[in-house]
Amino acid sequence: MSTAAIGHYTSTGQDTRKIAFWTFIGSECMLFGTLIATYLSYEGKSVIGPTPQEILNIPLTSVSTFVLLMSSLAMVLALAAVMRGDTRYSKVWLATTAGLGAVFLGFQAFEFTQFVDEGLKISTNLFGSTFFVLTGCHGLHVLVGVIWLATLLILSARGKLGPEKAMNVEIAGLYWHFIDVVWIVIFTVVYLIQRGPAA
Amino acid sequence: MSQEVLEKPSAHPSAKVYLSIAAILTAITVVEVAIFYIPAIRGTMVLAPVLLLLSAGKFALVVMFYMHLKPDSKLFTAIFTAPLVLAAAVILALMTLLGAWVL
Repeated sequence: MSTAAIGHYTSTGQDTRKIAFWTFIGSECMLFGTLIATYLSYEGKSVIGPTPQEILNIPLTSVSTFVLLMSSLAMVLALAAVMRGDTRYSKVWLATTAGLGAVFLGFQAFEFTQFVDEGLKISTNLFGSTFFVLTGCHGLHVLVGVIWLATLLILSARGKLGPEKAMNVEIAGLYWHFIDVVWIVIFTVVYLIQRGPAA
Repeated sequence: MSQEVLEKPSAHPSAKVYLSIAAILTAITVVEVAIFYIPAIRGTMVLAPVLLLLSAGKFALVVMFYMHLKPDSKLFTAIFTAPLVLAAAVILALMTLLGAWVL
């Protein structure tokens, strides 16, 4: 095996790219932790509406949550396909993951548009400010993930994503699953646990 | 460290395990949404702890099996868990400081 195929290992025996990416995910935990903390600290303290109880669409968001969960399944199946050198299913599952990510973004764009139509903007009240910053930041991460997956899909289509490149897909997968777990938390604390009086 | 150790592939779960995890995640999400719509639970002190517990279960399943923390090196678990605990502490501290515990 060539040096390039072995990877960039440290004295820990672990790939440096993987260590670096887990460290990045740790920093992302702090970012989203701060945004969630801000949302929860100001929840129910808006002096004018619309409030979460009036505006959040649980059935719609439940479907988009399901879409994101299934994209995580597609991502692990894509990694498994790349690892066994199955080019056809690598492309199928990478395209499925990116496609489901795009569908999730579509749901979010629809939700944001609906909220603006109903009078909730980022400057309307504390709920609007904290909600749009938190979910918007998550949406931006999903967008980056979709672009990343699209680049992997192009590489796969060109035959440049063999088993020796599996670590690249594994790292993209780590990012994608992290986006998923952040949404798991957001769906619960923002959408399902709605605190404070309805206006 | 020998090259033999370096080249050892990590033991990722099988497709069957991945599908089982997806089914469990879907089932938990359905339960969460169902609980949200039960009038006897909604608006009570029980709702938040139950939903947080279910959410933590989903979080753990994705991290352990899809992100492969379970079969991977404990180093990654440490790198991930330390800031996660710190983030949780920030949430609890900020909520306490701003008196945001009233449900």
